[in-house]
Amino acid sequence: MDMREQIIELIIQTAKDLGSDQIGTADDLSEETILFGKNGVLDSMGLVTLVIAVEQEIEDRYEVSTALADEKAMSQAHSPYRTVGTLADYAVAQMDNG
Amino acid sequence: MTHSVTLISGTSKGIGRYLAEYYCGRGHVVYGCSRSAPDWSHKSYSHLLADVTDESQAKAVFSQIRRERGRLDNLINNAGIASMNHSLLTPLATVRRVLDTNVAGCFLFCREAAKVMKNSGYGRIVNFSTVAVSLNLEGEAAYVSSKAAVEALTRVLAREFGEFGITVNSIGPVPIATDLIKGVPSDKIQRIVQMQAIKRMGRYQDISNVTDFFVQKGSDFITGQNIYLGGL
Repeated sequence: MDMREQIIELIIQTAKDLGSDQIGTADDLSEETILFGKNGVLDSMGLVTLVIAVEQEIEDRYEVSTALADEKAMSQAHSPYRTVGTLADYAVAQMDNG
Repeated sequence: MTHSVTLISGTSKGIGRYLAEYYCGRGHVVYGCSRSAPDWSHKSYSHLLADVTDESQAKAVFSQIRRERGRLDNLINNAGIASMNHSLLTPLATVRRVLDTNVAGCFLFCREAAKVMKNSGYGRIVNFSTVAVSLNLEGEAAYVSSKAAVEALTRVLAREFGEFGITVNSIGPVPIATDLIKGVPSDKIQRIVQMQAIKRMGRYQDISNVTDFFVQKGSDFITGQNIYLGGL
């Protein structure tokens, strides 16, 4: 399993661990799941909670410090948090930078 | 009994050192940080070398606390620098340095602290302002601007962190005999003291009296507030 796939799995597991109140009604989370914005499963506070939890989970599992904060976080069109897949892409890129 | 886990920035000397020793004495597990190693120690105290303006160093501080303690109860954001100079003689580099340490550093520590505190649904953050904000003190434009920003930051973060059980407040001390004001002429210090309702210099205990109030568990309905010492 390459790093991107591992991170996708980590994001999905982290989202499930957070509980249904923070991931809306999505039962089947996948790479394509829209996290935030139009048709997203998270509200803004749910997004904050998930991103921080993913950041800490990456730190715990891979012992690398990542900052998943991003200027375009709340942008509908360009947010790196738009889907599980884009969040994974962003996290992998930040881990490489770190 | 569970010991409170408290992080204090800028603990190598002055108010930061006093607060670190004070909370060690109150049974807290205290972490402190500064750019240089302190010349003092305590069995309940761990020192971490970090520049509050460096994001990776700041994140490492919080990672270590989360790893070792699993939580953080209190953050006292004491680290700060001052610049006493007429604005017409103040280099831009000085303004940037003061804002970077006092505003960006404070922001960074609040942000990282809240990430850890959010996990337990509890946290107390105390930031440092100054009475110079209330006095619009001339000759300290960069410093006063930076601390006014800290007060605004405190109010906004209080709203953002409220639902996580985290309170954010600030204290505005009057002049206290520390390195921060050692270059300020005594007549200027006396002029500030004379503007206070209670006309004396501040003491370290005046600071811990207010931080005690903000960090106590019963202060869970006190947030976004600033307390100036001395009656300003």
